[in-house]
Amino acid sequence: MIQTLEPILREHPFFQGMEDQHIRLIAGCSKNVRFGEGQVIFREGDPADHFYLIREGLVSVQFVIPNDGLTTILTAGSGEVLGWSWLFPPYRWRFDARTQEPTHALAFDGKCLRAKCDEDHDLGYEIYKRFMQVVTERLEATRLQLLDMYGSHV
Amino acid sequence: MAAMFEQTEVVTAGLVPDPMLPVFYRIQRVRQETDDTFTLEILPEDSSKGFSFAPGQFNMLYVFGVGEVPISISSDPDDAPLLKHTTRVVGTVTKAMRKLKRGEIMGIRGPFGSHWPVEEATGRDVVIVAGGIGLAPLRPALYRLMAEREKFRRIVLLYGTRTPEDMLYRHELEQWRGKFDLEIEVTVDRAASTWRGNVGVVTTMIPRAPFSPSNTFAMICGPEVMMRFTVMELLKRGVAAERIYLSAERNMKCGIGFCGHCQYGPTFVCKDGPVFAFPSIAPILGKSEI
Repeated sequence: MIQTLEPILREHPFFQGMEDQHIRLIAGCSKNVRFGEGQVIFREGDPADHFYLIREGLVSVQFVIPNDGLTTILTAGSGEVLGWSWLFPPYRWRFDARTQEPTHALAFDGKCLRAKCDEDHDLGYEIYKRFMQVVTERLEATRLQLLDMYGSHV
Repeated sequence: MAAMFEQTEVVTAGLVPDPMLPVFYRIQRVRQETDDTFTLEILPEDSSKGFSFAPGQFNMLYVFGVGEVPISISSDPDDAPLLKHTTRVVGTVTKAMRKLKRGEIMGIRGPFGSHWPVEEATGRDVVIVAGGIGLAPLRPALYRLMAEREKFRRIVLLYGTRTPEDMLYRHELEQWRGKFDLEIEVTVDRAASTWRGNVGVVTTMIPRAPFSPSNTFAMICGPEVMMRFTVMELLKRGVAAERIYLSAERNMKCGIGFCGHCQYGPTFVCKDGPVFAFPSIAPILGKSEI
């Protein structure tokens, strides 16, 4: 018997408060995925076809800084969202993502979801509202990182 | 104004008869913690001199012929009169202090100021949020919490530093992490790909940290901007404002509220702080004019 992911989505904080009809639509674009330790989930420049809700594990968002090598700028762990490049043209990843430990996630097909958002603007509004929250939090965190607040000058 | 001073008991110069008179202490050990941070371990020259302090209090450390600086006590209150002070090399006095060697003498005045609400947190979850060198003033509270572990529910330490190399008390953190009754999460602002832990600002750990907001005491110490954002996240999570405490830092000189150097709005940090309940300084926290 095939079980749908609806109950899992409903319980996830990211989808909290979302109507059942929208959960059903989103579940149709989602699947369970598992990654081994050290596995690359996506690479900078590749097509951004998915986003992920991490259920368990830890993922590093990285990019190469000349002379410094591969640098981790963010980690996403259990309950967090990974990836929003699927939402905006040109739909390409801006960074690499690699697991630090075995990771279990929900993967969402970006093309599928975008099509459903185009058809149902209420769903689109709900999705964009939730991603705006994530983007805002990441922007705020990035600003604090840029302050280098633990340096002696702050 | 009276309410401003109600939240913490002001403890002044303890066993030192004249709070302006330094007591001789001999350096037992100088420990390099990170590139620019070190810890002095000191004992009173007169072994009959007792010393007791509450977690969160500070001493004035005097390098003879150079000057005096306020430094939080970072040792276990149960180890007194052995005292540890962790500081960063930032100015003339701390530069001179870093050059002191084992066996040399320095002056100590204190302990001064208010303390962390460890007793008040009995029966509740305790979440400690530290940023950078802000872990030092919180370490005595951690020692006290662990010494009386059965009195508290969950104890959570969220610690953020600039890089893995800037982490304080790494060995101790690893030991504490091995305990089953203490949750420790460390995050750094940036790291090489070899770092296996969290990367991101410490505030991002608050939404998912394992504590019950309605039954939590929070203690925060770090750069002021980090404390402001931490308070916002704790409030968002549902922690009561009156159970959020933070340690302010200003230019303390006399330590007893005489000179006014550390005036912070209507308070003196040396006497009314450095540990404040958030509501008492909320109106002035982050105000650029103050």
